[in-house]
Amino acid sequence: MNEQNIYIVRCGEVALKGTNKPYFERVLVERVKKSLKDIENATVKRLEGLIYVRTDKLTPEIDVIRRVSKVFGVASISPAIECESNLESLCKVAVEYMNEFMEGNRPKTFKIKSKRADKNFPTKSPEIAKIIGECVLEGCKDLKVDVHNPECVLFVDVRHDKSYIYQDKIKGFGGLPVGTNGKGLVLFSGGIDSPVAAFMMAKRGMTIEAVHYHSYPYTSQRAQEKVEELVRIISQYCGDVKLHVVNLLPIQEQIVENCPEDQTTLLVRRFMMRIAEKIAKDNECMMLITGENLGQVASQTAEALVVTDETVKLPVMRPLIGMDKIDIMDMAHEIETYETSILPYEDCCTVFLPKHPLTRPRSFQMVNSESKLDVEKLVSDAVQSAETVHIKE
Amino acid sequence: MIYLDNSATTRQYDEVTDRIAKVSREEFGNPSSLHSLGLDAEKLVKRSRKDLKDKTGLKKLIFTSGGTEADNMAVFSVARKYRRANKKYITTKIEHPAVLEAMKRLEMDGNNVIYIPVDSEGIVNIEVLEKEIDKDTALVSVMTVNNETGAIQPINEIGKIIKEKSPKTIFHTDAVQAFGKMRLKNLNADMISISGHKFHGPKGIGALYLNDKFNILPYIVGGGQESGLRSGTENVPSICGISLAADMSYTNFDKKMKKLTSLNEYLYEGLMSELTDIKLNGPQNRLPSVLNVSFLGTRAEVLIHTVEQDNIYVSTGSACSANKNGDSDVLSAMGLNHEEIEGAIRFSFSEFNSISEMDIVIDRFAKAVKRFRKLGSFR
Repeated sequence: MNEQNIYIVRCGEVALKGTNKPYFERVLVERVKKSLKDIENATVKRLEGLIYVRTDKLTPEIDVIRRVSKVFGVASISPAIECESNLESLCKVAVEYMNEFMEGNRPKTFKIKSKRADKNFPTKSPEIAKIIGECVLEGCKDLKVDVHNPECVLFVDVRHDKSYIYQDKIKGFGGLPVGTNGKGLVLFSGGIDSPVAAFMMAKRGMTIEAVHYHSYPYTSQRAQEKVEELVRIISQYCGDVKLHVVNLLPIQEQIVENCPEDQTTLLVRRFMMRIAEKIAKDNECMMLITGENLGQVASQTAEALVVTDETVKLPVMRPLIGMDKIDIMDMAHEIETYETSILPYEDCCTVFLPKHPLTRPRSFQMVNSESKLDVEKLVSDAVQSAETVHIKE
Repeated sequence: MIYLDNSATTRQYDEVTDRIAKVSREEFGNPSSLHSLGLDAEKLVKRSRKDLKDKTGLKKLIFTSGGTEADNMAVFSVARKYRRANKKYITTKIEHPAVLEAMKRLEMDGNNVIYIPVDSEGIVNIEVLEKEIDKDTALVSVMTVNNETGAIQPINEIGKIIKEKSPKTIFHTDAVQAFGKMRLKNLNADMISISGHKFHGPKGIGALYLNDKFNILPYIVGGGQESGLRSGTENVPSICGISLAADMSYTNFDKKMKKLTSLNEYLYEGLMSELTDIKLNGPQNRLPSVLNVSFLGTRAEVLIHTVEQDNIYVSTGSACSANKNGDSDVLSAMGLNHEEIEGAIRFSFSEFNSISEMDIVIDRFAKAVKRFRKLGSFR
């Protein structure tokens, strides 16, 4: 058997790209390499549209699969056995593989699915399946063929240089490799939604930066720790993240003192957008991303979104806009941010929450209230006071 | 740094830190080993036990992993002894979760558990308690001093009542907050819990004092250490540390208590002169190390984060609150309303604090409270 563990990694949408395909594949290989950076002696190579990962025998399979399946652009991954591309060794390896598999799993029926990437291989695919199937029937006792409802499917992939035998196809997230689609700045509150929003944009290849607003000492340092932890979790998918942290309290104080109570949340949101846009421009981010969701809370009504968007020129991406809360929660569970998101620390939005927030705001009301504030100075002071935390994948 | 959260934990005495380091380095033998290194360690444990035992009037002492284990051991031991009898258990509404949660467990197992109320000063209602105690009462557990208000509970009186009405009833008191700040030699209790880190000793070590009235049943079994009552290799360095911390706490005791009293009064009067709408929570007769004050119209959590920027460390209620909605059980039991509870700050002092520190605290609190009251937070 092989000296190393081998994994076949399939590219999803990347494979559909036209002339840009080599570029996407190159980035994907880099991303896969990075996900395995602390696994010694791991190699990643691209060949005929597939990516081959090789590691030491001692590296646990589950560890490699967990890492690689989180890389965007990966459609699926299979631990595989490599052998020479001839029927004799294919049969031998298939029988060995099956016998070993049966020790743990005891399937009663099987079928072979074969593929011939090397069209010069003398035997055609159905023939290959038949020949190897016969060998397995002979070599593995108590195993029967069932082509309709097999308990296990053995894939045989015949390629030019070597051939591969495998069984599982563990699904990845698909999407496009991070780094192939610009950079965006996500407004990251620490709730359930924003990590999911960041995830969804990163899944389409976007590099992510994040800005977090707090109201210390109205909010606690533990709330910021929680945000850093959340960013750490999503960095497993979207790579290193630069996190900008801004204290919004000076602005909130001004708003509370000078503006009508029912507008507080919206006015604060407008400042968040302005500050985010400035940070985005300073860091070459081309769009803003929020976890907003139509109608979820008072500040996310259609009218409220209009008056928050008015403050910025950059496009605002809201990947969760049409999702139900329950579906967002499911996704948060899937990407493992949920448990951290629900830790009960107050965030800056809930500190000065009006008793009856305005749900149908009009622009002129906002402009009116803001005329009592030195908006430009407040924004630039906030941007200047921002702290930066680099969170590594 | 101005540290005023000494009811949560204390700074370890430097002498204790040195002692622990020295014992860890030089006396690392296992007291159960046959050789002389083991014997040396055994001697250290013996001496520490004797020194610590002398601080109360009870005859036996079992070292535990802390106050929680000591409390659990007391409650669950009695419950296990009477597991087939239909017995009654009495405690108060203001106990530490280490007792309360243990009692709740007994309740879930079908036992009759009575929670005695407290008055507006946080002192247990002794008339109700007296009425509840009967021949079927297996255990009464009342804390010596409350951790949030410093209210001193009438332990001696309760002990007398139990002796009169039901001599077989076991009386446990959680003295975690009291030890080192009150003399406990004549406490009328059968079991007393203490915890090292509350009196400048190490964390992760405590003890349960016992008398002859009741033989506890071990619930950690193994190598038979602590006379078979609590197995596990003795934590020799911490045992030496806790006994030294106890000795030091009771050295110059009256002088220290006088100092704590003057700090306490100075801070309260200072806050009163700077600010309006302040309410003292707890009785005049309380531990001099605790001052619990409600700053009405504020939120304690915000005040804490405001003054921590000046390296002043205080606390809301207890650091170990089991109450999920955040309101203190103790202050609720005293009948405080939501506003009073939300603005309640606990200052807790130690011998390391000074009057000049109190001046800074008064100044910073006055500023923080005024700022909050101006701004509010809507809810």
